[in-house]
Amino acid sequence: MSQKESMTSAIQCHQITKTFGPVVANDKIDLEVRYGEILALLGENGSGKTTLMNMLSGIYHPDGGSIEIGGKAVTINSPVDAMNLGIGMIHQHFKLVEMFTAMDNIVLGTPEKKLPPKVLRQRVLEICQSVGLEIDPDKRVYEMSVSEKQTVEILKVLYRKAKILILDEPTAVLTPQETQKLFAILRRMRERGCAIIIITHKLQEVLEISDRVTILWKGKSIATVNTKETDRRQLTELMVGRPVVLSIKRPEPKNVATSIQVERLTVNKPDGTVGLKDVSFEIRSGEILGVAGIAGSGQKELCEVIAGLTKAESGSIKFHGEELLGKSPMEIFDLGIHMGFVPEDRLGMGLVASMGMVDNMLLKSYRNGKGPFIDRKPAKELAESLVKKLEIVTPGVETPVRLMSGGNVQKVLLGREIESNPSVLITAYPVRGLDINSSYTVYDLLNEQKEKGVAVMFVGEDLDVLLELSDRILVLCHGHITGLVDAKKMTKEQIGLMMTGSTEQEVIS
Amino acid sequence: MDLFIKFLVAAVLAGTPLLFGTAGEIVSEKVGHLNLGVEGMMSIGACAGFMAGYYSDSFLIALIAAALGGALGALVYGVLTVTFMANQNVTGLTLTIFGIGLSNFIGVYALSFSPNGTLKLPEGITAHMRSIHIPGLSDLPIVGELLFSYNPFVYLGVVLAIALSFYLSRTKTGLNVQAIGENPAAADAAGIRVIRWKYINILLGGAICGIGGAYCSMIINSGVWISNCVGGLGWISVALVIFAGWKPANAIYGSLIFGALRVLKYYVPKSYVNVPVAVYDMLPFLITALVLVVSSMHKSKGVNIPASLGLNYYREER
Repeated sequence: MSQKESMTSAIQCHQITKTFGPVVANDKIDLEVRYGEILALLGENGSGKTTLMNMLSGIYHPDGGSIEIGGKAVTINSPVDAMNLGIGMIHQHFKLVEMFTAMDNIVLGTPEKKLPPKVLRQRVLEICQSVGLEIDPDKRVYEMSVSEKQTVEILKVLYRKAKILILDEPTAVLTPQETQKLFAILRRMRERGCAIIIITHKLQEVLEISDRVTILWKGKSIATVNTKETDRRQLTELMVGRPVVLSIKRPEPKNVATSIQVERLTVNKPDGTVGLKDVSFEIRSGEILGVAGIAGSGQKELCEVIAGLTKAESGSIKFHGEELLGKSPMEIFDLGIHMGFVPEDRLGMGLVASMGMVDNMLLKSYRNGKGPFIDRKPAKELAESLVKKLEIVTPGVETPVRLMSGGNVQKVLLGREIESNPSVLITAYPVRGLDINSSYTVYDLLNEQKEKGVAVMFVGEDLDVLLELSDRILVLCHGHITGLVDAKKMTKEQIGLMMTGSTEQEVIS
Repeated sequence: MDLFIKFLVAAVLAGTPLLFGTAGEIVSEKVGHLNLGVEGMMSIGACAGFMAGYYSDSFLIALIAAALGGALGALVYGVLTVTFMANQNVTGLTLTIFGIGLSNFIGVYALSFSPNGTLKLPEGITAHMRSIHIPGLSDLPIVGELLFSYNPFVYLGVVLAIALSFYLSRTKTGLNVQAIGENPAAADAAGIRVIRWKYINILLGGAICGIGGAYCSMIINSGVWISNCVGGLGWISVALVIFAGWKPANAIYGSLIFGALRVLKYYVPKSYVNVPVAVYDMLPFLITALVLVVSSMHKSKGVNIPASLGLNYYREER
């Protein structure tokens, strides 16, 4: 330990405070990172992690407190200041110009003169080699996969010779293999003396990669522990503020019967490229079917085609023998097939952001009312009962949902779909961006539906959860099914390989 | 043949104000600001340029006044949309209404002081606005007439469009500016002064539109002040931006084509095609509508439309 203590500190935050109107996002936070270490920043949603990091990278300006970089007090007023201090941030939602090449994105905004493309390409490739990254400098960002985009973000930071790296949930969108690659690179950077802050929800990764962990809770920094001296249980307790049970139930499926039969389904994306190609599987009642795949592998098309929002090129979807293709979304909804799709921006599909809970309930139920006027009473009662049942935090049922936190919005969305007693429930990314506590509430809700005999399709991102929650897992890769497997018999690595194109047979043998 | 050359020359002359308007609007749209106030900024420029020329009798002062007038209009738009984040469409439309009204008002006011009831630019300035004559070159048959015998505005417009193309696509600053139009948050995170460059480009765009307005008041009406002298050219310019694919150099031939459409009625002999004049007057607007429809049908990644066009940027947005 004596060696660790001798390391010089890279960032020291004292009593940092930031408020957004009446909301205190950061409340007197202390944080220290040293050169040559990886610090994990852990905390539930809304605990202020991203706010704190945005202050270090100059996006926000703190209301109080002081920041020291390398022992000197500094003020960071803009991203330029942060850059000049050697701080580089890799944002959760990539800050890249889609139309530009990797190279142009990397040099963007640097003060030096314009370099000839040849020289620049060489420089980028040199940096790639020195840390073990791979990228085609001339590829445009909109043609890139998620992990390539992340590589560009990392290169942007390295090109500016940043010594302090901040990564905001970098693994949320990566396969296990890609995550391991990223961690190898982070370790190499640590050896070169960089200070690294990594924000993540995944405890497994915190324990694997970090040297120390700082835990935030409701905007306060409540503890900093050495990773070697801690474990999952302690971290969770600190993070949630009380002991929690960290296991997902998986009740045995009962009365399993085919509910939706998908056969040789082919769907094109709006731009004409393949969305789903020749896909066949079934969704069974009393069972949870997990869907795994890298982002954009056809998950969205699958959900939309079942809900009647997209047209299929060929194939069939039969619900208890009845063809769904060609039916309108309303007819499909009336059959009891409900969808709760949580897109990246959480609000895009399903809820109207500027409406309150009651109005959002009405969107799905106003047709049941008699006469030309809307009866708000049942919707209001439903909203109020959801607030109680799902512990939704909101100032009132008429408050616009965009003012609610992400987790609560997702509860509203799922709650509404479940309350109307569906026979098929399709959820996509229902726990996206949710903290541990809310996530488990959602898992319980899904299990409850499964036990009621509902056929559940769960499109997920976190493989650990998919493996624990689902009965069977459907793996998609570029719109093809690369595996339809029993969740109990698979490992994360095997699913990861199938996500990148290996077939079931290759993985198992 | 002679008639055809005359037609081409007339097309160039009619297209020049469109070239200024289009180039100016491109500069503004490249930082993500759709400024529907082109018509208004051109009107203010037309008025400022004409009045400055009328009272100072200096072509250069008229030109500077027109640019400043246009930039002033753009400044109003910039303050409202960049700093106060007002809706860009509404602000732009308002600027158009305001600009036309303001220039007509000043025109009527100035007319009341005129002894003979008209405002005509003095002789000293009109001498500068005449078509240039380069000994040798201008005397060449056909080529001389087609390339070397226009008024100074025409050459200024072409040089400006090429220079702007170079600025946007070849310089580092241009790269930064394009990044702002594509993704201001990314540009901001990369250390580009987003607000500063938005203002610079919006004002520059306004100044260029203003010069285009001066062309309308000083050249088209041969130096006599007429109300509503811009007459819808600003609107065609907004559509031409799409036609030009957000490239100032493409605006050169885009404005030439639309200029040709505007003067077509004088050059098609009645004996060949006998349609009412109103049909010709309608053509540029009809084609504009068609361009808008066709271009919105082909929405693909390859198109140059700035991704954040029409969206205001606020750094601390949550």
